[in-house]
Amino acid sequence: MNKIHVIVLAVVAAVLLAVPPFLKSYGIYLFSYWLVFVIATMGLNLTVGYAGQKSLGHAAFFGIGAYTVAILMKAGLSFWLGLPVAMLGCFAIGLGLGFPALRVQTIYLAFATLGFNTAVWLVMRNEEWLTGGTFGINNIARPSLLGFSLDGNLAYYYFVLGMTVLLGALLWGLLRSPWGKAFTALRDNPIRAESLGVHIQAYTLLSFAIGAVYAGVAGALFASLVQFIEPAPFTVGASIMMYLMVVVGGPGYFFGPLLGSAVGVLLPEWLGLAQAGYLFVFGVAVILLMLWLPDGLLSIPDRLRARRLAREASAARTAAAARLGAQS
Amino acid sequence: MTDFLQLLFSGMATGAIYGLAALGFTLLWQASGTINFAQGEFVMLPAFLMLGFASFGAPLLASFVLTCAVAVALLGWAFKRGIADPLLRHGLMPIVVATIGLAIAMRNGVRAGYSAEAHPFPSLFADKLFNLGGVTVTLADIGTLALALVLVFATQAFLQKTVTGRAMQAVAQNTDSATVLGINVPRMIFYTFAINAVLACAAALLITPTYLAKFDMGEPLGTKAFFAAIIGGFNNSRGALLGGLIVGVSENLAAAYISPTYKDAVALVVFMLVILFKPQGLLGRKVERKV
Repeated sequence: MNKIHVIVLAVVAAVLLAVPPFLKSYGIYLFSYWLVFVIATMGLNLTVGYAGQKSLGHAAFFGIGAYTVAILMKAGLSFWLGLPVAMLGCFAIGLGLGFPALRVQTIYLAFATLGFNTAVWLVMRNEEWLTGGTFGINNIARPSLLGFSLDGNLAYYYFVLGMTVLLGALLWGLLRSPWGKAFTALRDNPIRAESLGVHIQAYTLLSFAIGAVYAGVAGALFASLVQFIEPAPFTVGASIMMYLMVVVGGPGYFFGPLLGSAVGVLLPEWLGLAQAGYLFVFGVAVILLMLWLPDGLLSIPDRLRARRLAREASAARTAAAARLGAQS
Repeated sequence: MTDFLQLLFSGMATGAIYGLAALGFTLLWQASGTINFAQGEFVMLPAFLMLGFASFGAPLLASFVLTCAVAVALLGWAFKRGIADPLLRHGLMPIVVATIGLAIAMRNGVRAGYSAEAHPFPSLFADKLFNLGGVTVTLADIGTLALALVLVFATQAFLQKTVTGRAMQAVAQNTDSATVLGINVPRMIFYTFAINAVLACAAALLITPTYLAKFDMGEPLGTKAFFAAIIGGFNNSRGALLGGLIVGVSENLAAAYISPTYKDAVALVVFMLVILFKPQGLLGRKVERKV
């Protein structure tokens, strides 16, 4: 972690801790909503940004997490039992979704995951006995933690914030472990990684499964946050938005999801644009971003640094050439 | 049995339209390596353009021709120059992401700028029923199927029989050799984009009477065109038609015999089976993995 990371982190932490108490309940809700998406896209960033797999089915795991917790809580079980079940379920299904990735790559994989999302969405919409169909499941309770009730919006917000920090720290640790190096090796050059003894099949599956667990946790928190779930937030369109959030923030940048989710979730509310109008601007912005900054917003500092180094190098070359010219 | 044949036939009509969209998709891929995630929106926009021209009093066919001209300029030339050309040298993913962005922008641009409602669309064919050996088919189904087949085979014939078409194929097979042989590669690639735009207009003309013109009509259409293209074989133009027919027919049969609510999952199941057991598609050639 260099100095800029520390400063950015401190500012973000200060805003996240100190601002919400001064907000109205809708503002607190928006912040919580944003953090839920940060958790989900952190997982997707692992799958897409670090391990280099193409996944357009992340919202399916988000939905599986949400529905698992909602259904179990409706059956009278605790949130704290539902959460690990949701995580385990997402891990197992994520492993399963990883299998096509062993056979096909890039665009085929994108469509396989997209299709998986459609299938999950159809189950949510059609199996009314389980999911309530289009009517959804309402009155989902909020959990309590160590005797503290998290019913209040602010209390729940801090709970989500705590979970975000915890999961972020875990991801940070994971990325700095040999596993994290193996994931990036898989992205950068799978054949070389394999020849160096990285078990690429296992790591491909794991990158999907761990990413899916993050989405599952986010879904569980989402269900308790909005207290009413229906199939609409878990469509293919939602998966594509999550993918774009990762790409906009900067795939493979640790803080990319924070920024990407802000653009995808906070900004439209803050600008107060109608949904269609905002999405139009967003779509155009994505095109322009690809044309000018294909590595996402967080690649700007790297770009500036690369440009400065190039300028310095060229200045040094000119100076050296001038000196040599003077000597001869 | 007659029910089955009826379903088969109307499935083939829808499938042939999927095939048209899928054909444009594979042509773009072969010629330039462009994956167009906005393919469904490339069908949606012409539908609205045709409605627009028709609202000025132009007859359906005249507005179709005008729409083709606008589409070649906008979805062919401008799309190639503005998005495909600058992004293709950066590999596959930037263009995929940019066309996803384009799809979102087009969909919501129409929704915010024109209308969020579904608009009825005039059919090319009269509302007429035929009885062929006990099987009732509509004129619209026969006409759609015939027209789509004519278009697909005309495209094929153009690619195989004319000098320009063969030059386009040469570009698709090996861009470097084509350049060395004196083929104007950028122009051939532009032709492909133009053909894709015209095929999309034709698909719009044929499918909108049933789908209705709506800002989000491209979403299911685009997905099915991709599935059709991959099922048939991504590097084979005839495969696109075969894939489209398979998707259209299996969808129709599943809706009737299995469950209408899971209709959309059928294309997906076929697609999964194909990529797991024959990733190059039913008619595709195997491409060796490049290191």
